[in-house]
Amino acid sequence: MYRRSRAERPLSVNKSADHDQAYLRIENLSKVYATHDGEVRALNDVSFAQRRGEFISHVGPSGCGKSTLLMIAAGLLAPSSGAVLVNGHKVDRPRTDIGIVFQNPVLLDWRTALGNVMLQAEARKMNHKEAQVRAGKLLESVGLGGFEGRFPHELSGGMRQRVSICRALIHNPDHLLMDEPFGALDALTRDQLVLDLEALVRERRMTVLFITHSIAEAVFLSDRVIVMTPRPGGIDRIIDIELPRPRTLAMRDTPEFAEYSRQILELFLARGVLREHRADPRPGVRQ
Amino acid sequence: MTEMFDSSALTASKHLGNVGGIEAALRQRRHNRARRDRIAAFAYPIGMLVALLVIWELAARLFALPSYLLPAPSAIMRSINDNSAVLIKEGLTTTMEIILGFVLSVAVGVPLALAIYLWTPFARAIYPILVSSQAVPKVAIAPLFLVWFGFGLLPKVLIAFLIAFFPVVINTVMGLAALEQEKIYLARSMGLGAVATFFKIQLPNALPSIFAGLKISITFAVVGAVVGEFVGGQGGLGYLLLIANGNMDTALLFAGIVALTLLGIIFFALIGFLERLVLPPHAVERASLAREAM
Repeated sequence: MYRRSRAERPLSVNKSADHDQAYLRIENLSKVYATHDGEVRALNDVSFAQRRGEFISHVGPSGCGKSTLLMIAAGLLAPSSGAVLVNGHKVDRPRTDIGIVFQNPVLLDWRTALGNVMLQAEARKMNHKEAQVRAGKLLESVGLGGFEGRFPHELSGGMRQRVSICRALIHNPDHLLMDEPFGALDALTRDQLVLDLEALVRERRMTVLFITHSIAEAVFLSDRVIVMTPRPGGIDRIIDIELPRPRTLAMRDTPEFAEYSRQILELFLARGVLREHRADPRPGVRQ
Repeated sequence: MTEMFDSSALTASKHLGNVGGIEAALRQRRHNRARRDRIAAFAYPIGMLVALLVIWELAARLFALPSYLLPAPSAIMRSINDNSAVLIKEGLTTTMEIILGFVLSVAVGVPLALAIYLWTPFARAIYPILVSSQAVPKVAIAPLFLVWFGFGLLPKVLIAFLIAFFPVVINTVMGLAALEQEKIYLARSMGLGAVATFFKIQLPNALPSIFAGLKISITFAVVGAVVGEFVGGQGGLGYLLLIANGNMDTALLFAGIVALTLLGIIFFALIGFLERLVLPPHAVERASLAREAM
C-alpha cells in the first residue's frame, strides 16, 4: 500500500544519502501577497533544513507567515521566490507523500470517524481491509476505540482533531505537517493530545513540521524550535532542544525546560512581540 | 473505629444508590418527554385543525351562510366525494405537469449551476442576467407561452419549469461554493484528482443545500402548473377551479383547493423522504432546525 508511494520518490531509495543530505530543504523562501492595501510580504528569505526523523516547530506571533510556510512546504501554495526541496527534488505541485493536519479538523460531516480516516486510504487506493484494520488501531491508539462509528457532530472538539490526526497517519506518510493543530482546544485536551502526538511520533520516528503559537508546546515536542520574527516572517533563531525522549509532563518543571522557554520568551520580548508592564514599586519616587 | 468505618461505608453506598436513582429517574423523565413531544407534534396541529373545522361548520349552519359564499366543511366533503372521479382525473393531469416541470427544473438547473460554478466567464455572463430575470413576474409570461406553445401540456410544464428552476440553480451554486479551502488542500495532499474530489467531497458537501433548493422548487412547480392551467387550460385542477368558479360551485372550488394542497404536501414529503435516504440523519435534522430558526 504505502510501499508504492515511497518507491515513487526516486532518491529515498538511497538510504546512505539520507543521512548526509537534508530530507527537506527550504531555500531563500519569500512570499508576497497582493491585497487591496498593496502588497504584503508574509515570508522573507526563510532558509532551513530538516533531517529525516526530526521534529521541527515553528513558533511565532500571529501573521508571521508560519502557516504560509507550511502550505508552501506542502506544495499547496507557490512561493514568490526561493524553493522547497524534498530529497533534493524541487517541489512544484501539491506533495502527496505527506500527512497534513489543520487547525480545524476538516472532517466530512457525512462520514463516520472511521470513514473520515478511510478517506485517505480510499484516495490512495490502499487495500481496503488492511487500511480498515490500521484505521481502527490508530483510532484506538489515540483513545477513540469504540467511537469508530460516530459522526463528527457526535464527537468533542478534541476527539475530532484526533480523528484528523489519524487520517494524516494512516498511509504512514514520510512527512507530517501540522498547522496549529491544537490551537482551538482547551488546555487539558491540548496537554493530552501533545502527549499522544509525542508518543506517536517517537514510535514511528516521524519527520514532523509543526506550527504553533505555544512556546511550551514547541519546546515539549521538538528536536529543534525555529523562532519566527513578526511580519514579514523570517527566522529569528533556531534552538536545539536537547531534552531526552520520551518527554514527560514532569519535564516541563525542570530547569532545562524553563531555560528553553525563557530563551524563546526573551526573543519575543526583544522583538516587541510581547511587552511587559512593569509596576513601579514606589510611585512618585522616580530615580 | 470499625463502627465508624461501617457507617461511613453505608452512607457512601446509600449516596451512590441515590445517584444511580436520580440518573434513572432523569432518563425516564427525558424518555417520557421525548414521547410526549412526538405525540404532540401530530396531535396538536390535528386537534387545532379539527377545532377550526368544527367552528367553521357551526358558523356556516348557525348564520345560514349561502353556500356560494362559504360552504360548510361537510358540504365540501360531500363535493369531494361526489366529484372524486373528476378530481382524480384532473389531479393526474396536474400531477403530470408538476412532475415534468420539476424534473425539467432539476435537469436544467443542476447542470446550469455546475457550469456557473466551474466556468467563471460563463458565470460572469449569465449570473447577473439570471438573477435580475427573477424580477420579471413569471405569471405575466404565461400568456406569451400560450401564444408560442398552444394549449397542450407543454406550456404548463414550461411555466412550472420557469418558476421552479431558479431555486435549484441558486442553491446548487451556493452549496458547491460553500466548500472550504482546507478541504480542497486536504484532497490535493491525498493525491485526489479533480473528478474524485468533486464526487467524494464537493458534491456530498453541497447536497443539503441542493435539497433545500429542491424543496422550494417542488412547491413552486405546483404554483406554476396551476398558473399554466388558469391561463390556457383544457384540463387539470387549475382548469377545474376556473369552471367551478364560473358555475358559482364554491364547494367544488374548495374541493379543488384541497386536492391541490394534498398534491403539494405529497410532493414535498416525497422530496423530504428522498433527502432522508441520501443524507445522514443529523444533516436532515440540522437543515430542518435551520428552517425553523428562519
